[in-house]
Amino acid sequence: MQKKLLVLMLIGAMLVSSLTGCSSKDSKGTTETDVSVTEPAKSEDTAATEAPATDSEVTQGKVFNIYCWNEEFKSRYTDYFEKAGKLPEGITVNFIVTPSENNAYQNALDQALLNQESAATDDKVDMFLIEADYALKYVDSDFALDVKGDVGLTDADLADQYQYTKDIVTDSNGIQKGTTWQATPGLFVYRRSIAKDVLGTDDPDQVQAALSDWTKFDAVATQASAKGYKMLSGYDDAYRTFSNNVSAPWVDGTKIVIDDNFMRWIDQTKLYTDKGYNNKTILWAPEWSADQGPSGKVFGFFYSTWGINFTLLGNSLATPEAEGGKAEVGNGIFGDYAVCQGPESYYWGGTWICAAAGTDNLPLIKDIMQTLTCDPATMKQITEDTQDYTNNQTAMGELANSDFQSAFLGGQNHIKLFAEAAPKIDMSNISPYDQGLNESLQSAMHDYFDGTVTKEAALENFYKSAIEKYPELTK
Amino acid sequence: MKKERNKEVKVKGVSYAKWGYLFLIPFFTVYIIFSLIPLISTFYNSFFENYRSGLKQIGPNFIGLENYKSILNADLLQYISNTFIMWLMGFIPQIVIALLLAVWFSDLRLRLRATGLFKTIIYMPNLIMAAAFSMLFFSLFSDSGPINNILMNMGILKEPFRFFTSVWATRGLIAGMNYLMWFGNTTIVLMAAILGIDGCLLEAAAIDGASPWKVFTKVTIPSIRPILIFVVITSMLGGIQMFDIPQILTNGDGTPNRQSMTLIMFLNNHLFSKNYGMAGALSVILFIISSILSVLVFSSMTRDMSKKKGGR
Repeated sequence: MQKKLLVLMLIGAMLVSSLTGCSSKDSKGTTETDVSVTEPAKSEDTAATEAPATDSEVTQGKVFNIYCWNEEFKSRYTDYFEKAGKLPEGITVNFIVTPSENNAYQNALDQALLNQESAATDDKVDMFLIEADYALKYVDSDFALDVKGDVGLTDADLADQYQYTKDIVTDSNGIQKGTTWQATPGLFVYRRSIAKDVLGTDDPDQVQAALSDWTKFDAVATQASAKGYKMLSGYDDAYRTFSNNVSAPWVDGTKIVIDDNFMRWIDQTKLYTDKGYNNKTILWAPEWSADQGPSGKVFGFFYSTWGINFTLLGNSLATPEAEGGKAEVGNGIFGDYAVCQGPESYYWGGTWICAAAGTDNLPLIKDIMQTLTCDPATMKQITEDTQDYTNNQTAMGELANSDFQSAFLGGQNHIKLFAEAAPKIDMSNISPYDQGLNESLQSAMHDYFDGTVTKEAALENFYKSAIEKYPELTK
Repeated sequence: MKKERNKEVKVKGVSYAKWGYLFLIPFFTVYIIFSLIPLISTFYNSFFENYRSGLKQIGPNFIGLENYKSILNADLLQYISNTFIMWLMGFIPQIVIALLLAVWFSDLRLRLRATGLFKTIIYMPNLIMAAAFSMLFFSLFSDSGPINNILMNMGILKEPFRFFTSVWATRGLIAGMNYLMWFGNTTIVLMAAILGIDGCLLEAAAIDGASPWKVFTKVTIPSIRPILIFVVITSMLGGIQMFDIPQILTNGDGTPNRQSMTLIMFLNNHLFSKNYGMAGALSVILFIISSILSVLVFSSMTRDMSKKKGGR
């Protein structure tokens, strides 16, 4: 009997330790730190031009920590700020990169910000980057500094930026707490060859006329389907065109409100799925990427600035550039895409720069923000070098009216269309819950589109997942 | 002084007990710091409203049993049954195949060759990280993955079967992965148990004319019962904690229709908002479920043993 008791106790101990073991998961799995030290000024003449900066250097911290989730900002910073010789001597810049998968970036950033007060001066976050979907989480907190009052940018500096890029990072008191170098208006990218087959033309203006509202869009989908094409690739493709044009924020008080526009997305996508107008793919899945390549039979995709020249271009090649293929006509379907504005204006993506409260490098932050997000010359250069669309109405206006051409889009000047679309974006209805609720709604609705559950059950699953994420919300 | 003490020891005789206690100290220290204190704080946390909304900390406010109420109202039974169904779907084939292999490998009369090689091979899947294994299956069984391609090229399917939109296909894949990962481990444990049986018993049974099946059910199984209990209980606890495979395979959503959402995935969902209250309450419920199940399994499998003892 005693033996049995002992065994029971040991089992109990095992059980206890195995159960408690799983509760303390460490969220910061992959954090890499890149260190780039500035070289001492090479010639006297750079030192001379930087005279005002060296003055402020005395009061600045020696270590500048930037939290981000990929290399994009780092390359912009290196190419257009550091190489331009604007970094004061003696400051070390650290990029702390945490990939955004599974919320890892936000977890790491939150932890760092919450420790901000007790951290050593050189370990404090000085600057961090955010995405639009969760911008308000940081903007509505005290961790991000006012770009005018605290950092010192002026209204004149910011005047040329697109209004929606400022709305997204403006808190409930009307204070702007971030700034960005890119604007990301979205367009509808279609295959010229398929448009010719279905509509008899590949001219952007005429295709736009055929797709200018959702009723017409649906009609073209029917035509495309009759010819054996799919209108869209998958479930989430059109989501942002609907979610960016809602009539009210996601949450009213603490109550989750599903806007009519989301219901329109649900009904349209279900219809497309049942009628075979889409290929049942999910955003970023390999099938979705394949649909954009030479074997794809999809009429078009909703893509914004960066998506066209980076993601779509890469997917369209038969021989990827990594395997020695060249981005030129003849490789896959390079040159077969064109853009039009599509049924509704929207944006997708974008990265905002915020100054962290507690930083000891305000002058440097101001310099970086001013150079990368307010200086027309630098921003025009970025667009010319990288085809990224920058957040400067004057510079973009110049390019829109120039003979700028994209070989990938068959010689079209897409900057012109972006410049027309960007001012139409209205982001006054964002909420701090956007990221979580959008993800929950999309993933809950996939079951409905797949035919596994009814619409009511899918909505019920959405509410469950939403309240798990945000316990303060109610149905 | 020294002599005196030696005398004392001699008088009392050598006591090994104190050494036993001394050697137990490291275990108990580690256990108290890393298991008992966290366990108690889990219980404590479960009575508080304590989460983060964005960067704002809400609580901790004492709210009594509110967390338990909302957990019980939130489909807990569904997640419990998901977990158990998927565990059983993996465990039943696992124990059957493992027993079979263990008996074969340890049967000297079969004269199997290269058993060492096979033991290594069947253990291999356990060396792969569960997350990587899950990712691999996700690509293999995706809509345009190799499995669908093979089935379509062989003419079995006309269009791709969308594994991850079917409840039973998804559960089957999860159970299948668990089975593949753990049957080798179970085989090796059971084999060790079978090799520990006194050879005389088996020979005596054979001489008495018992068929291999009779030997297996009447001699082998009763002799390895303690190890079987161990295997069942550890596997059950592992099953209750099933997380990484379904999490990666369904991208954390437990799709379709939350039918492959396990208890720990449900717990993990609460950590999005750092909701220590709800997560704590769920952990306490998990603790109670695991305790009850362990005691049930243990007592049902030792019932015969204790009866015999009582009869003596």
